[in-house]
Amino acid sequence: MFLLHEYDIFWAFLITSSVIPIFAFLISGVLAPISEGPEKLSSYESGIEPMGDAWLQFRIRYYMFALVFVVFDVETVFLYPWAMSFDVLGVSVFIEALIFVLIPIVGSVYAWRKGALEWS
Amino acid sequence: MIIDMTEVQAINSFFRSESLKEVYGLIWLLVPIFTPVPGILIGVLVIVWLERQISAGVQQRIGPEYAGPLGILQALADGTKLLFKEDLLPSRGDIRLFSIGPSIAVISILISYSVIPFGYRVVLDDLSIGVFLWIAISSIAPIGLLMSGYGSNNKYSFLGGLRAAAQSISYEIPLTLCVLSISLLSNSSSTVDIVEAQSKYGFGGWNLWRQPIGFAVFLISSLAECERLPFDLPEAEEELVAGYQTEYSGIKFGLFYVASYLNLLVSSLFVTVLYLGGWNLSLPYISTPELIGINEVGGVFGTTIGIFITLAKAYLFLFIPITTRWTLPRMRIDQLLNLGWKFLLPISLGNLLLTTSSQLLSL
Repeated sequence: MFLLHEYDIFWAFLITSSVIPIFAFLISGVLAPISEGPEKLSSYESGIEPMGDAWLQFRIRYYMFALVFVVFDVETVFLYPWAMSFDVLGVSVFIEALIFVLIPIVGSVYAWRKGALEWS
Repeated sequence: MIIDMTEVQAINSFFRSESLKEVYGLIWLLVPIFTPVPGILIGVLVIVWLERQISAGVQQRIGPEYAGPLGILQALADGTKLLFKEDLLPSRGDIRLFSIGPSIAVISILISYSVIPFGYRVVLDDLSIGVFLWIAISSIAPIGLLMSGYGSNNKYSFLGGLRAAAQSISYEIPLTLCVLSISLLSNSSSTVDIVEAQSKYGFGGWNLWRQPIGFAVFLISSLAECERLPFDLPEAEEELVAGYQTEYSGIKFGLFYVASYLNLLVSSLFVTVLYLGGWNLSLPYISTPELIGINEVGGVFGTTIGIFITLAKAYLFLFIPITTRWTLPRMRIDQLLNLGWKFLLPISLGNLLLTTSSQLLSL
């Protein structure tokens, strides 16, 4: 996938670390006892019979926070290359980056005023 | 014909020796990759033991004392017990998501160890995007938590998973901005370069003194990323029984447990690397030249000292999160999100601009 040689070790370490959960599941599958029952396998709701499904509607607030998160996360990703070559680029690029940072800030002030960052 | 045969044989033997060399190369590649994993797991066992002992000290209890001297083997005993426990799969849940969730959480946190420099040249993979890789990968863990919360088909788990995701994305941004200021100061995102930029002037050269605001924000955000106590809303036991872990038992619960402590260890190691000078001895008078001399001449000795210093700093730093756990009460979810979005985010942005301005002045 990556042609760069320096990522070889990364992929190898990824494979190594994915072996750990598989290994844990295998060992546990051999050692652990199995005694199933309908009550035991039903979902836990403080001791009473589970009422209905849990896959239902949830608060829209989580979605709003996720949207604001995407805006700022993408902004930070774009700032990284600038920070790496900061001493080469100098003042003019700093002003451009400042304008670039100001745009999401204005957006977040708008989101704040509109109540996207309020929980209740 | 005969000539052809010999040629073919020669080519075959040539290929064989080449492949043999490749196999040896692969083995030499795999040895340094397999060795850190047991080391990291031992590190996690040490944290569990430390946390139990310190908690006992804070609460004036005795703490674990039967398993091994001073209860050192307690964590190992707990893990072994979890291996022998029955692995329950909820009958109405999504079994695939239920099993993949904890695995993703563990794997994504474990990979971030590949960029941590434990000592001079003791780093698994010195990538030029080092810290950025950590930030990118640490965003994968909440997907695992969300999967396990959704796959359990339990209301508590679902709420816990959602909360975990909301919390980690809220505190991801201040964390990223703090790391950005650090890499701006050292002009590189490679972890090795960041440590080497702090190697002058003993402990006076630490980024902690150049970035005090960034350090405070990083500390708070990393506590929230690890779901440690003032911010452990995803598993708040009074509201949501155990959050996304409610339906888990046996080794899958154990994987979550290991993942949370792995996360704690990785963030304290990153505090060491980013703010506390990494593997440098950090004493002003016997600092840089002699230490580098040790590193270059007596390879093994210098490396061991470097690893020891990194681990000592990281474990000493761990006392802060552990004692915080027994000092501060848990926050509410709206307080948590307000703190993240309306306090830490503006402050970390301001810190970034402050850092940039000071760098501009020194250009």
